[in-house]
Amino acid sequence: MEILVCVKRAPDTLENEITVNKDGTNIEQEDLVYSVNEWDNYAVEEAIQIRDKVGGSVTVVTVGDEDAEEVLRREMAMGADNGILISDKAFENSDGKGIASILKAEIEKGKYDLILTGAQADDGAGQIGGMLAAMLDLPYASLVNKIDSEDGKLTIGREIEGGAQEINEIELPCVLSIQTGINEPRYVGIRGIRKVASIEIPVRTASDLGLDTNAVGDAGAKVKKLDYFIPETGDGAEMLTGSQEEIADKLIELLKAKGGMK
Amino acid sequence: MNRQLFAYITHQNGVANDSAFELAAAAKKISADTSVTAIVTGKGEGLTKVCEQASSAFAKVWKIEDDAFAYPNAELIRALILKILPEKSVILLAHDTFGMDLGPGLSIKLNASFISDVVNIEGTDGDALKTVRQEYSGQVSTHISCDIADGAVINIRPGAFKPEEASIGGKIEDKSSEAAGIAAKRKYVKTIEAEVGDVDITKSEVLVSIGRGIEDEDNIEIAQELADAIGADVSCSRPIVDAKWLEKSRQVGTSGQTVKPKVYIALGISGSFQHLGGIKGSPFMVAVNKNANAPIFQVADIGITDDLLDFVPVLTEKIEKL
Ligand SMILES: Cc1cc2nc3c(=O)[nH]c(=O)nc-3n(C[C@H](O)[C@H](O)[C@H](O)COP(=O)(O)OP(=O)(O)OC[C@H]3O[C@@H](n4cnc5c(N)ncnc54)[C@H](O)[C@@H]3O)c2cc1C
Repeated sequence: MEILVCVKRAPDTLENEITVNKDGTNIEQEDLVYSVNEWDNYAVEEAIQIRDKVGGSVTVVTVGDEDAEEVLRREMAMGADNGILISDKAFENSDGKGIASILKAEIEKGKYDLILTGAQADDGAGQIGGMLAAMLDLPYASLVNKIDSEDGKLTIGREIEGGAQEINEIELPCVLSIQTGINEPRYVGIRGIRKVASIEIPVRTASDLGLDTNAVGDAGAKVKKLDYFIPETGDGAEMLTGSQEEIADKLIELLKAKGGMK
Repeated sequence: MNRQLFAYITHQNGVANDSAFELAAAAKKISADTSVTAIVTGKGEGLTKVCEQASSAFAKVWKIEDDAFAYPNAELIRALILKILPEKSVILLAHDTFGMDLGPGLSIKLNASFISDVVNIEGTDGDALKTVRQEYSGQVSTHISCDIADGAVINIRPGAFKPEEASIGGKIEDKSSEAAGIAAKRKYVKTIEAEVGDVDITKSEVLVSIGRGIEDEDNIEIAQELADAIGADVSCSRPIVDAKWLEKSRQVGTSGQTVKPKVYIALGISGSFQHLGGIKGSPFMVAVNKNANAPIFQVADIGITDDLLDFVPVLTEKIEKL
């Protein structure tokens, strides 16, 4: 099975507290540590496991700047066979539809049986997989937490409310967005990354993909981010202050009063 | 301007989901004087009841009954909506696991704009709709401007809009004939209910709930010791279950359990809406988080900015000595 996984380089929320920069145009970039979007690791792991079972190849693709190459290498160190970096100044400030149409142009140059994305990334929009499927006229399922492959079709589980699982049959080729927890993504060490350090990763530009630069990037975006801000909140929590001991004493009194202690 | 507004309503066991009325409230914020049409699909007895409930909040209800819609398969619903929606309409969906499945692809097929997970709507200026979204699990917010001249699919965060008391008495129109010939390459097979675990956290009065801030599987002990000291059960956020450190039945949130404790102690949990969506009944909430700006502090009653790995053992020891 030829599998393509779309991945994204995103700020690592484990390593960073995300705040807004001074003029509210972006999140604060200073000391920001990036890694692979959490959901994408699960998607790549799933792709590798399917390939190891039924044969074929796994290609990882990302739309981003030159720094995005490092996430491709990381996923290749996990076991993906090929990486493709799609990069062009003209792609900056693309909205979801813009990113999906860039990916579509690349996908149409290859021949893939299965296309995976993460269920969502840092902006929580969760839109690329569904858009891509519609553009390619392929069936789609989101929030997939189980995949069984049989000939010509897949049986998949979708995670729905309350932890229930919705089982579907879906024809190949198709697009699936992958939910966390579907597998346990393998660990990648420095050595693994070194092994793939010299593999050539092709870079595709707008003209390589025959894309009209007015339809993507800022020019093509109908959905635009105006600013970043920290919302005014209501009352918020009463913050306990003092030494750890003092705070613990205050909290114990509160817990007693509220029935939090037996 | 003649922009038509729609909302797709989901329902269960003959009852419209809360989100139905939240969508009505959200639509009002797009245009207060436009009448909104609810689209309701399904099969069987409950459907009429759902349509009647929807008619209290919507000026019109399109009822589409067909075997194909006995279960809401987003791929089938998309084909139906494409068939019946007037050009350049704006349609609202709930940003739940169904809306996430339907919205993005529907927008492409309608050649309309898509805005995901909207938490507030500030209004329109001509064809520009201004909305608010969040990023990084609610750590920051953004204003989004969206061109809706060619229509839009707008996914609304569950719980973000307050439904209004209404008795519009909308007209129910049967459009079931439109269902003919709808097909999809994805077939719903069955639903597997969540497994029951060793502890039923939905019945717990006091919960000590751990998130990714617990950092390591071995540290769960720290939370368990606190829970033992105060007579609580241990629950968790999703990443703890993804890492297989605790059973799925311990997960609080939209894709886990809905809990209604008296007291909820959140340790190293950031406060994503999917997590908070599983906490009902306004418990007394205590949050311990080392990030003073963590969104959980916006909803907690009591906040403590500290490393939980340092603070919790101090607290537990004091309680044990009482
Ligand atoms: C469709 C869907 C459904 C979902 N359903 C659920 C669900 O049911 N339940 C759920 O919980 N999530 C759910 N999620 C995931 C959700 O979006 C968040 O990713 C998740 O809730 C984050 O969990 P967390 O708060 O533990 O981790 P994080 O967001 O990573 O937060 C960890 C927090 O710990 C703090 N911290 C770190 N170290 C320490 C320390 N030593 N001491 C004190 N504080 C520390 C950090 O400051 C941070 O605030 C769902 C997501 C999707 C897309």
